[in-house]
Amino acid sequence: MIHVENLTKYYHDLCAVDTINLEIEKGEVLGLLGPNGAGKTTTLRMLTGFLRPSSGTIRVKDYTIEEDALKIKRLLGYLPESAPLYHEMLVYDYLVYIANIKGLEKTGNGKLSQIRNLADLCGLNEVMHKPIGELSKGYKQRVGLAHAMMNDPEILVLDEPTSGLDPNQIAEIRQIIRRIGKEKTIIISTHILSEAEAACDRIVIINRGKIVADDRTESLKQTASKEHFIHVSIRNADFQSARAQLEVIDGISKVECIQEDQDGMIDIRLTCNASFDLRGPVYQTVKKTDWALMELHQETRTLENIFRELTKEE
Amino acid sequence: MQQAVHIFNKEFKDYFISPIAYIVISIFLLVTGWFFFATFFLYDQANLRNFFSLLPIVFSFVIPAITMRLFSEELNVGSYETLLTLPVTFNDVILGKFLAAVAFVAVMMVPTVSYPGFIAFLGQLDWGPVIGGYIGALLLGASFSSIGLFASSLSRNQIIAFIIGMIICFALTLIDKMLFFFPRSVLGVISYLGAASHFQNISKGIIDSRDILYFLSVIFVGLYGTNLVMQGKK
Repeated sequence: MIHVENLTKYYHDLCAVDTINLEIEKGEVLGLLGPNGAGKTTTLRMLTGFLRPSSGTIRVKDYTIEEDALKIKRLLGYLPESAPLYHEMLVYDYLVYIANIKGLEKTGNGKLSQIRNLADLCGLNEVMHKPIGELSKGYKQRVGLAHAMMNDPEILVLDEPTSGLDPNQIAEIRQIIRRIGKEKTIIISTHILSEAEAACDRIVIINRGKIVADDRTESLKQTASKEHFIHVSIRNADFQSARAQLEVIDGISKVECIQEDQDGMIDIRLTCNASFDLRGPVYQTVKKTDWALMELHQETRTLENIFRELTKEE
Repeated sequence: MQQAVHIFNKEFKDYFISPIAYIVISIFLLVTGWFFFATFFLYDQANLRNFFSLLPIVFSFVIPAITMRLFSEELNVGSYETLLTLPVTFNDVILGKFLAAVAFVAVMMVPTVSYPGFIAFLGQLDWGPVIGGYIGALLLGASFSSIGLFASSLSRNQIIAFIIGMIICFALTLIDKMLFFFPRSVLGVISYLGAASHFQNISKGIIDSRDILYFLSVIFVGLYGTNLVMQGKK
């Protein structure tokens, strides 16, 4: 559906997006993740034809962005970051304006019924006759969403659709995204991991303009959960001897001392790469000694760990 | 083209949503009305020549105030991004906004039609120059609107856009009164650049292709400049 090849964007000397390659299939919900300033918004702006790439090509279906920008724009619905809209206009007037510009059928009920549907879907019925400038951020975001979906686009591009919203509003927007994601290709940029995890089939992580990970959400989660940590807190022991004992357990690849208290408490982190639970063997080992076991718990690596590792500042 | 019509509709309506439109129209009518009628009975002539001779200078500050928000506001709020990712071309956007400004200038001129009506009641009014004057005013208004639109595309700050637009319009209005500053070799060109003299010709009732061509060129240059600025932002 969307082919991106060697996409690069320079702002003067600053390279915001650096030779990105992406293939997005029809019906996919793709999460574009990355820290602030990683190039997410720039990438989306190039996809939607707002910015011209410094080099590289974007093809949507059989159209290229240089030659058929207008046709691509007709296929797209775009919600820019923080939904910039005309503040003096009434919500209803705005939606009619967008419907006209997006070329919805003038005669018959095509235009009005679409506006009505979207008002229901996005929960805009109570604010239809209020100026956009007076709406709360969540409602503005919903107007932006209705704007993006007006022409029933095949591809929906949402730039941080939940930023700045309260948890209830986030849940609502996510629900809307999930509902429409069943039929459409959606690209969401976000820096909230749980959001990408919950809503996206596939996650692409970019950092400093480069793709550092690109995988299905489940397989990313699986690689994440393969490695896990066991935290052990013990007393009456010194780290050297504890390490000697714990290192020999099958499946433990690393033993680190996290913290050593003055009263003799040692926090140890064991990195495990076995597919089975190692808490049993660790407990058996501790039981053989005269250490006092204060705490033992397992921590699986989450997407968050992966994200942090991949996007760490050097 | 269809898209330009939608943008025109929206922009034209927008003028009347905010109070700026009414303020600008009031100021325009007060200033022209006062300066025209203050001396009207002293001259004791039934014509509108003095009214039309006021227009270039009044338009120079009124029209940039009308056009200043057209792009600056969009750039400032960020709705520029929303607008350009809709299925529209640069030319649709520019044309729609430009025509909205011209239409607003036309609306602003409507109440002044009462002046010739009033004067015709007092004395023998020659309607030729009046009609010429209104055609000229529309051309002049369109030219200044295109300059104002260009100024508006330069900055996200409406006040800066207003000042840039005003400077260019004033320069075009006053340049042929400052010819003694220029060397003799360029006098012909410079005096042709002055908007006021071309406007005076038309408002005398003489419709000359050179004057029409002048205004059309200014409009084209302004709109083309706007297009270039927009391309540069991409």
